[in-house]
Amino acid sequence: MAYTEEELKKELETKEYEYGFYTDIESETFPNGLNEEIVIAISKKKGEPEWMTLWRLEAFKYWKEMEEPEWANVHYEKPDFQAISYYSAPKKADPNKTLDDVDPELLEMYKKLGISVDEQKKLQNVAVDIVMDSVSVATTFKKTLAEKGIIFCSISEAIKEHPELVKKYIGSVVPQRDNFYAALNSAVFSDGSFCYIPKGVRCPMELSTYFRINQAGTGQFERTLVIADEDSYVSYLEGCTAPSRDENQLHAAVVELVALDGAEIKYSTVQNWFPGNKEGKGGVFNFVTKRAICEKNAKVSWTQVETGSAVTWKYPSCILKGDNSIGEFYSIAVTNNYQQADTGTKMVHIGKNTKSTIISKGISAGKSQNSYRGLVQVNSRADGARNFSQCDSLLMGNECGAHTFPYIEAKNKSAMIEHEATTSKIGEDQIFYCNQRGIDTEKAIALIVNGFSKEVLNKLPMEFAVEAQKLLEISLEGSVG
Amino acid sequence: MLKIKDLHANVDDKEILKGINLEVKAGEVHAIMGPNGSGKSTLASVIAGNENFEVTQGSIELSGEDLEDVSPEERAHKGVFLSFQYPVEIPGVSVTNFMKTAINESRKAKGLEDMPAKDMLKLIREKSELLEIDRKFLSRSLNEGFSGGEKKRNEIFQMAMLEPKVAILDETDSGLDIDALRIVASGVNKLKSKDNAVILITHYQRLLEYIVPDYVHVLHNGKIVKSGGKELALELEEKGYDWLKQETAV
Repeated sequence: MAYTEEELKKELETKEYEYGFYTDIESETFPNGLNEEIVIAISKKKGEPEWMTLWRLEAFKYWKEMEEPEWANVHYEKPDFQAISYYSAPKKADPNKTLDDVDPELLEMYKKLGISVDEQKKLQNVAVDIVMDSVSVATTFKKTLAEKGIIFCSISEAIKEHPELVKKYIGSVVPQRDNFYAALNSAVFSDGSFCYIPKGVRCPMELSTYFRINQAGTGQFERTLVIADEDSYVSYLEGCTAPSRDENQLHAAVVELVALDGAEIKYSTVQNWFPGNKEGKGGVFNFVTKRAICEKNAKVSWTQVETGSAVTWKYPSCILKGDNSIGEFYSIAVTNNYQQADTGTKMVHIGKNTKSTIISKGISAGKSQNSYRGLVQVNSRADGARNFSQCDSLLMGNECGAHTFPYIEAKNKSAMIEHEATTSKIGEDQIFYCNQRGIDTEKAIALIVNGFSKEVLNKLPMEFAVEAQKLLEISLEGSVG
Repeated sequence: MLKIKDLHANVDDKEILKGINLEVKAGEVHAIMGPNGSGKSTLASVIAGNENFEVTQGSIELSGEDLEDVSPEERAHKGVFLSFQYPVEIPGVSVTNFMKTAINESRKAKGLEDMPAKDMLKLIREKSELLEIDRKFLSRSLNEGFSGGEKKRNEIFQMAMLEPKVAILDETDSGLDIDALRIVASGVNKLKSKDNAVILITHYQRLLEYIVPDYVHVLHNGKIVKSGGKELALELEEKGYDWLKQETAV
């Protein structure tokens, strides 16, 4: 059947960003701009106790005195922080609702995303806490988790129900004044997830949160806090998609992980926010602060697959405070068209015999710029610290860039630090070899990219790995012509 | 099965093939010999559809179909196989995964479902035994860190898996020690049937002791200058190519 040119054009346009639709849900939005009143109003709106309001105000005070960082290898028009609305919640949200009461339009939207709550419920071993436009709408599997004493809820709920835990740990890993975006987030965070695993408990399922930005012109400021008590274990999945928008959307999240003595946290992210169109217009600005603190014998693994956002600024880090603690960072970052990513990690070795591993895979296509920025720091008392870093870049075409900025600061003579880096290009001869075996160019690229990323994909939980592979294919479609 | 008529091809505006005529019928084995730079590998690439080469004149037909507008992957689906002289590495992609993808893409093109996993495993087992391949080898990244011999054996393994109509083996003997050569040759002999054809591209007649050709062609300066039976290979071995060069210059 022959296509008309119009039809073809239309199909290509719709293919550009599969998830670029907009669900019309009545929502309540604050006027644009940020000042003390707005901070207080957010806190009040969420029914927070006074200590939380004060904590936010303190953060706001720091933020006012801070300046936006400029050291990253990204170029963009700075957001006008007074032109953003800092609160938006779907009107019909009610924490006491069951799934049956959930707004049918919301459910429809999850279906479009392929993550309908119904489906998720059936997925064994995955509990889902969905954050859409700032307020958690549905939480499942809560009961099963509660039997083990595991708390998995929205951060707003945790502030009310478990103030002692929140008060003790919020800001303990990422202080309010840590950086410009962390301060902003601390002042205005709308919602996010909270998770506590009691001593000696192994969380029986993967905990999963889907984030989604939906309201035009609202930045989203999530706050996530995961606390793994002594000798506990949890695997946490975070996945993101967002609808396309013309104006840039700001996203400044903070994620804090606390791994107490002997605890282990695996934190996996698939990030697929709107990257802007092929001319580089629109797209999400993603300025995230993610950090973990590892006490004695604790272990934290960050795994991320980043395919979205127009500008990414993200460095999931580990502070290896306790002796024998372990930090790992596995990352795949894909940039296409005009996307810019400056991402990496910080491994701070404080305790003795601490170990860290960094595997970073950057894939650049189109006119994009992809930077790895990493710091390995060994403090003077960290005897026997070890680090292994490997940074590989894969280039597609002649107009993109890959950059590596590894920083090493070793203040202890016994430290062993290894760094390996490679840069390669998908070769015409590789593509022809695949073609000759009956594999078309699109599929050949997917195969080569998956092979390149394999070490990291293998670290993801099964269901996530499949989704991540698909994302890699979608993001690079049409990038070699 | 394969009919090449007056084929001319350029690379970077330089003419490499200058009028090749060749007909290969089902069940036949043809050897193409010739000195370095005579155009042997170019011929192989052009048959496989490599777009770095521009066909300026003539035609290639496979089972009566003109291949002019047929992409390399479609040619593969129709049964053209090229065993590369220098197989490329694809890090992180195992031999098994690569073959699974290749077979299923080919099935998809024919409107078939993916091959069920158990059939795939059976096929792999069968073909790896044929070529005396250790199955651990199949989980390694494609050609990465393979020795010269392993690369060539892997090419023939892929040929066995894909069961092509026309297989072109480009310098498959180079880099093989005598044992590997024997294994590869016996694999090719077992795969040979009355329904398929093999084109051997080689410098030396060594390979032809193991895979006996029905016809031998000598390629020189982009043209087939002499054709004959298997005895022509022996003659070449004895006299070298110079006498032919002189003969054709006249």
